[in-house]
Amino acid sequence: MLNIEIDGKQLTVEPGTSIIDAADAAGIYIPRFCYHKKLSVAANCRMCLVQVEKVPKPLPACATVVTDGMKVMTRSETAINAQKAVMEFLLINHPLDCPICDKGGECELQDLAVGYGTGASRYTEEKRVVFNKNIGPLITTDMTRCISCTRCVRFGQEIGGIMEMGQISRGEHVEITTFIERSINSELSGNIIDLCPVGALTSKPFRYSARAWELTSRPSVSPHDGMGANLTVQTRSNRVMRVLPRDNEEINECWLSDKDRFGYEGLNSADRLQHPMIKRSGAWHQCDWSEALEFIATQLKRIRDEQGEEQIAALASPHATLEELYLLQKLLRGIGSNHIDHRLRQSDFSADASLQGAPWLGMSIADLGQLDSVLVVGSTLRADHPLLAWRLRQAIQHGAQLNLINPVDDDLLCPVANKVIVAPAAMVDALDQVLRALAGESADASAQAIAASLKGGERKAVLLGNLAQHHPRYAEMHALAQQIAELTGAQFGFLGEAANSVGAYLAGALPTGGGMNAAQMLDDPRRAYILLDVEAELDSYNPAKTLAALQSAQLVVSLCAYKGKAPDYAHVLLPVAPFTETSGTFVNTEGRAQSFSAVVKPLGESRPAWKVLRVLGNLMELDGFDYDSSEQVQAEALAGGIGSKLNNALKAPVAHAAGSASHGLQRIGEVLAYHADAIVRRAPSLQETADAKTPAAWMNGETLAKVGAVEGMDITVRQGGEGAVLKAMRDDRLPAGCVRVAAGHPATAMLGGLMDEIVVERAGS
Amino acid sequence: MANEVIFHSIHLPESWKLENYLKAGGYDALKKVLAEKISPDEIINQVKTSVLRGRGGAGFPTGLKWSFMPKNYPGDKYLVCNSDEGEPGTFKDRDIIRLNPHQLIEGMIIGGYTLGAKVGYNYIHGEIWECYERFEAALDEARAAGLLGKNILGSGWDFDIHAHHGYGAYVCGEETALLESIEGKKGQPRFKPPFPASFGLYGKPTTINNTETLASIPYIVKHGGQKFLELGKPNNGGTKIFSVSGHVNNPGNFEIGMGTPFSELLKMAGGMKDGRKLKAVIPGGSSVPVVPGEIMMDLTMDYDSIAKAGSYLGAGSVIVMDDTVCMVRALERLSYFYYEESCGQCTPCREGTGWLYRVIHRIEHGLGKPEDLDLLESVAGNIMGRTICALGDAAAMPVQGMLKHYRNEFEYHIQHKKCMV
Repeated sequence: MLNIEIDGKQLTVEPGTSIIDAADAAGIYIPRFCYHKKLSVAANCRMCLVQVEKVPKPLPACATVVTDGMKVMTRSETAINAQKAVMEFLLINHPLDCPICDKGGECELQDLAVGYGTGASRYTEEKRVVFNKNIGPLITTDMTRCISCTRCVRFGQEIGGIMEMGQISRGEHVEITTFIERSINSELSGNIIDLCPVGALTSKPFRYSARAWELTSRPSVSPHDGMGANLTVQTRSNRVMRVLPRDNEEINECWLSDKDRFGYEGLNSADRLQHPMIKRSGAWHQCDWSEALEFIATQLKRIRDEQGEEQIAALASPHATLEELYLLQKLLRGIGSNHIDHRLRQSDFSADASLQGAPWLGMSIADLGQLDSVLVVGSTLRADHPLLAWRLRQAIQHGAQLNLINPVDDDLLCPVANKVIVAPAAMVDALDQVLRALAGESADASAQAIAASLKGGERKAVLLGNLAQHHPRYAEMHALAQQIAELTGAQFGFLGEAANSVGAYLAGALPTGGGMNAAQMLDDPRRAYILLDVEAELDSYNPAKTLAALQSAQLVVSLCAYKGKAPDYAHVLLPVAPFTETSGTFVNTEGRAQSFSAVVKPLGESRPAWKVLRVLGNLMELDGFDYDSSEQVQAEALAGGIGSKLNNALKAPVAHAAGSASHGLQRIGEVLAYHADAIVRRAPSLQETADAKTPAAWMNGETLAKVGAVEGMDITVRQGGEGAVLKAMRDDRLPAGCVRVAAGHPATAMLGGLMDEIVVERAGS
Repeated sequence: MANEVIFHSIHLPESWKLENYLKAGGYDALKKVLAEKISPDEIINQVKTSVLRGRGGAGFPTGLKWSFMPKNYPGDKYLVCNSDEGEPGTFKDRDIIRLNPHQLIEGMIIGGYTLGAKVGYNYIHGEIWECYERFEAALDEARAAGLLGKNILGSGWDFDIHAHHGYGAYVCGEETALLESIEGKKGQPRFKPPFPASFGLYGKPTTINNTETLASIPYIVKHGGQKFLELGKPNNGGTKIFSVSGHVNNPGNFEIGMGTPFSELLKMAGGMKDGRKLKAVIPGGSSVPVVPGEIMMDLTMDYDSIAKAGSYLGAGSVIVMDDTVCMVRALERLSYFYYEESCGQCTPCREGTGWLYRVIHRIEHGLGKPEDLDLLESVAGNIMGRTICALGDAAAMPVQGMLKHYRNEFEYHIQHKKCMV
């Protein structure tokens, strides 16, 4: 440890610490623009110049490493003069138009100009003008305001994994720009808005809609992917205006994915359901809550009494809160039915009997960044888990090896040490090959390489992604991955699909004791379904089958924040509050329960779903529905703690059927990032991004030729009866015999199973 | 004592050809090093004795710089020659490459041997294309003669040199910007430390020397450091090439011993053009403060003497100005250069060079205000010493020097909206 002095304060710091970090830790503020704790040091803004004893020139505190006995003066005349001079230089070409700048009121330059600027400028020459760039639907540019700190450039290189912004030209003419008129397409792009210390990069959806000081900031938790990013939700006049990251080093650090940041736009969608509605004689009527709930209770009782409680089932979204899911299963079980499930996109439930707990990440999120070797099986990683993908890139930056068994070969923005890209049907065999390699049996070269990589490191993991969890032979993959992990001493985990994938298990929102799982409920349709936050045609493994089951039921109750297509198959629509309008808890993929409160009042007649379910329990005359708060529900749901209920290990082996010969073409049906849940589907700015474009039918050149199509041609893809007309597109990285057709989008919502057989026809034939 | 070290053979026809360089005793030093297996430490000692100081402008002792290279580094090390000569008034390195490329190559090979490098790069300024081609041709000759490449002169030791041409950015002459440029990145100086000796080209230990510095090495090895030192004066060893431009009858490069009086150099350059009066001299390239003629006539041409007069010997680029020169106009042109060539990385230089230029431009065009001169001094002072590299200082010093010695001309310009001269 080194002894130093900053502004007369004696400090003991680690060798290698910079002056600015030592000062920050001691609560001494040194002004800065280019420095950011998460980015490399650029030392270009010069705002943090400080005086160091025995050094003739002021030194940048961000780039100067402390030495023993160093005496630093951050507020001496030399230091202040240097800082003020830099501020003057920064302002001479900056348009001092704070009143019309969207950053006004939350601008680092504006804030520091108060302390280091002067009332009038000595600069009387013409100011520089830099033309703006259109860099896409999420970020607005005002490049004349740019102070060239290069934080956005370094973010792309170091965190985002893709250098989308760069600096061109020289001297006064330098400009931050994208590569020749390109838009910013990174799934983490919104972070450069936070990083920009001036009004050069601002949020396009938020632009000119509110001033920072008009907004009320409240903490919340992301309802989208399984990470559970911490949010600051900003509201005005009972409306969510903006979402910003809330620092949490153990989860999202100071970052947010674009989905977490811009998804809030969906909360204010015109498609929000604002009143309970009942369908009578084929027509929809608005009604009040008591009418709707009494109707439901009466119908449920009638079906129970006349046709048996076995005819009542519930399907819930893993994006619903722990409390909601807990009460839903309690309601169902109170009625006497065990037919409840939240695993709507899962297709293979054959390992259910061997489950010993809730599948989870198997480690902490932060641990992902420390891995030496990792095998990811079946994942569109960047789309499904943008910030978990960043954690893996972080590990790779430290030398980790990423191994992949996947049906797609998308750019992960990092080196992949070994990859096996095969059709979904061949993924089980690919895992088996790795297992064989580990057992010393003969196996193919890539499996040998993956086995060697997993054997090599100290900290390693085998992770199953969304595509694996949806896979028709998920149980076998689960068992094989578990064995691989056991043989290599790796952690074994699941990349949780939704905000509450783990919480749904803990809440008991899955069948027990002979109950039907999500697939069985559709194979053998029930008379009554209760849907919680479910958009049946977009959220299930097999939309066509789901819709058929619902359409044949006598009673479908949809508890959802949105209308969507529910009027086509439901009988009662109940407007329930999204995460910003209710209190609740999400348990993220690392098993961390994070509770949040409502940040605005429910829209229209919307009510928190936990309250709706409580009243329904009362109306059904069930015991134990007398809750006063969501905290009481949470306490009951999590009684006994979480840790002991997290378990990825299957207690009995799953028989591995050797490679089943597949006939025909197989669909690779991943869920599009910006269509994964009800809120994000309705976020207009995200829908304008390149990632949200209408699904196409992607095939490799060989398959394309085999089906007689050429790139760009309209073709019909068909599963079961219905077909979708899509553009045929070529991607030679895809395995042969596969058609990649994304799900979660209206254009493909009539199709069948995500990884089932698919037929391709020339359009019109 | 003219043309003793580097230009010793340029009087020969086609002095750049290998055969002619060999006839003049070229590559003797390399042969001696390899034949006698002179140790790197011994070579560094000789260079230290010679008091050879960096000819690129900073004047840092070369022997000391060489001793900073890690000796037992378990990987590649690099030697880089900085021929990115781009400052107004500088034109010596191009003549070294044009007239005596083999002496530079020999110096680089000995440098590579001494520093433990396997590869050297010569970064040649982008606007002297014919020099780049001549250097490439000389490299080919040396390789063909077994002087460069694998197993040099049968010694079993390998060393190769690559020529790399820039695209004309002045800032790429800053050694770390030069390294970035070789790596294919935008030419912007790196923050130091780490210095190139520990983290240089591709992150490997790297020594960067000026063309003239490296071309001096064969002489030192062949004749000993002491003899080189004695060509100059204590603490200012050897000969130096001075590039004399401006209002003289015979502008050009003159290799003379360090410590030669300026008056003699002026004579060698043919004296003042048309017999006019010497007004001022910029002794070391456009980045150094101007020195009034009468002071200059009492100085000798070496680092210490010029420093005492408040300026720098720099790269030895002597810009001579007669009494027809308007100092406002001269400074406007100089400031325009730095405004154009700032890399734009550091705030004070990016914003300040444009500010300086615009104010001086205004004064030159009769739009000056009395408070402008204090403003110029203040802005120059605020750039000085506040940036990653010395380009900021290079932009500030000419302003400070001009205002120190010729403030009255600027005041006259502001008051009368026209030149004094």
